[in-house]
Amino acid sequence: MTLARSAEQAQFAGSLHDMLGAADGPAAARAWAAGDRVPGLAAWRALATLGVTALAVPEHAGGLGASFTDVVVACEEIGQHALPGPVAESVAAVPVLLAALSGAAQPGGVAPGEAPPGEGMPARWLSGLASGELIATMAAPPWLPFAADADAAGLVLLAGGNTVRLATPGARHRSVDRTRSLFETTGGQAVAGGPVAADAVARALDAGALASSAQLLGAGRALLEASVRHARQRAQFGRPIGSFQAVKHHLADVAIGLEFAGPLLYAAAVTLDDGGRHAARDVSAAKVASTDAARRAARVALQVHGAIGYTEEHDLHLWLAKVRALAGAWGGQAEHRARVMAAITTPERGPEPTRPEAAGEPAWN
Amino acid sequence: MSGDPGEQAGQFRAEVRDWLRAHVPAAPLPSVDTAEGFAAHRAWERELAAARLSVVSWPVRYGGRDASLLDWLAFEEEYYAAAAPVRVGQNGLFLLAPTLFAHGTPEQLDRVLPPMARADEVWAQAWSEPDAGSDLAALRASATATDGGWLLSGTKTWSSRAAFADKAFGLFRSEPGAQRHHGLTYLMFDLRADGVTVRPIRQLGGRTGFAEIFLDDVFVPSADVIGEPGDGWRIAMSTASHERGMSLRSPGRFSAAAARLVELWQRAGDPADTALRDRVVDAWIGAQAYRLHTHATAARLAAGGTLGAESSLGKVYWSELDVALHETALDLLGPLAELDGQPGDDRDPGLAGRWLEGYLFSLAGPIYAGTNEIQRSVIAERLLGLPR
Repeated sequence: MTLARSAEQAQFAGSLHDMLGAADGPAAARAWAAGDRVPGLAAWRALATLGVTALAVPEHAGGLGASFTDVVVACEEIGQHALPGPVAESVAAVPVLLAALSGAAQPGGVAPGEAPPGEGMPARWLSGLASGELIATMAAPPWLPFAADADAAGLVLLAGGNTVRLATPGARHRSVDRTRSLFETTGGQAVAGGPVAADAVARALDAGALASSAQLLGAGRALLEASVRHARQRAQFGRPIGSFQAVKHHLADVAIGLEFAGPLLYAAAVTLDDGGRHAARDVSAAKVASTDAARRAARVALQVHGAIGYTEEHDLHLWLAKVRALAGAWGGQAEHRARVMAAITTPERGPEPTRPEAAGEPAWN
Repeated sequence: MSGDPGEQAGQFRAEVRDWLRAHVPAAPLPSVDTAEGFAAHRAWERELAAARLSVVSWPVRYGGRDASLLDWLAFEEEYYAAAAPVRVGQNGLFLLAPTLFAHGTPEQLDRVLPPMARADEVWAQAWSEPDAGSDLAALRASATATDGGWLLSGTKTWSSRAAFADKAFGLFRSEPGAQRHHGLTYLMFDLRADGVTVRPIRQLGGRTGFAEIFLDDVFVPSADVIGEPGDGWRIAMSTASHERGMSLRSPGRFSAAAARLVELWQRAGDPADTALRDRVVDAWIGAQAYRLHTHATAARLAAGGTLGAESSLGKVYWSELDVALHETALDLLGPLAELDGQPGDDRDPGLAGRWLEGYLFSLAGPIYAGTNEIQRSVIAERLLGLPR
């Protein structure tokens, strides 16, 4: 079992890092926010070339059937480069949802569910996701009240407690993260229902929460790097501000928070790979810790940058806004802390800890 | 199975668990910082040693089992989960022994380690001086060359366990006029030797957990110099890394405390008090993160990696976690938190005294083994590359 990147994963992360660096994530994010999706979609196609969009898609559906730890590695890099688009949805949550619905094996080899493939649609969508031709998003109240970037997605789903439906995007809301457009959705044709759908939705929410945690951790790392760079260059009182102890100690605390959130992410990924016992506990612990670490990174980064960080001229705001947005998406801190407590106070051999409940839809029949 | 290294329970872990279940005293021993408690803890160490469990990671010839780092972590997790007694020999076991393994002569290893493993000799550390705390390189206690050895003079202070220990180790200025990190020698000395006076110091909790050591021309044979004379700083820094990182603060300590905190919450917590609930959860997550991180570090070291300045990350993390965890427990106990009772006291059904004792001990964490301010500067300069 690994709780850190393997040599292969380090190489994978390196390739992604180079590709995303060349794609200029911040520039793509600015264009995306202004309504120009061309550079962002080009970066998504490059992600597909490197296999990122196929990681969580089972092999028989044209994907890689990779480990969740690979998903974590990829989403950390994506978060670090501020890539726009429905990342946690399209790279993690929707593939996991569709794989469970199509009776396909989960990443990591979990036994298939019993759902009949809804007219073969999930399998077709999965192969589209894997190849990168399809970008998907989803809403799943209450954790995920809106479908992010539904206007850029070829597939929009609405997941309720016991149903998964095709959804029509409605009213659009702006996010603090200008790259995220949030859409209200209306449920349409049912894709699946019953206990199988409920289980698939629960798995999808865990996968999305883990992927967004990885994005948060990556964003936190980018914020720390930017802050260190700035603190070494910016001089006041005739010295780099990074030589002042007050600044050093703030940044050291950021480094500590990010360092210790990392292993929780990898442990949660291994838990999901191995079938999900303790999934609620481990995914929620990872979300809580990475959110706290990223928020500290954001707060300190803004303080270290000073006024220039409080502008849209500087790229820093791209990560500041994304951290704030993802901190509340895929379950907030209160929900995840409650879920950890429920899990650790449930007797070992007792019933499974509660999975995230999606509300609002009557049972599908 | 989950992403939890603790579930890889091997035969060794099972043996440790069974042995501890059969041998850990039902009633906690008296405080290690009393004469009676010190003797009781020494006797406990001998019992551990007889089962070859006192130094599992050491080579067999010195009383160990050649256990891997991961097995050592398993041992520590079981040890703390069983609420077994404080390791009275920890300064020797976790600070001096690693230094000897790295820099000692075969003769020193043969002579010093076996009695340390059996607690026939309990070691105290002697780093700080009245004017050399965080700035350890300002130390002034001297070692003067003499026939067949050295004469030590000066004052050491905040020496953990020195009130009742047998021997001590520390740095001494052996080249008169040498500045700072230069001209220092790493020496071991006998706390019962002529010229040694030990003055126990009462700590915040009222007990004599450390002491001041006055040295007046104390003779130490050349055989008790570790490494080369004058090379003491470099050697001591290798020990300091052990103290900050893996060895002194094994994750089992925090995992066990976090598990007890969750039990306390279930027994005494108000489910409607989500503020306190969240602090309990954060303590549990923190202990889990430290444990997972340590296992990852152990795997990295086992694969040939090294541990350097990153041990400072861990030191700040566990020490802050320890304070937060114990503060949360005391807040849960409410008005009972101030009870300084002995564990098992009928008037103290919530074992508040035990949490209080742990809390007072946790408050020392951000200070010893290099203050957290020193550690944050190390992180900023050596890991992040910020200018001095």
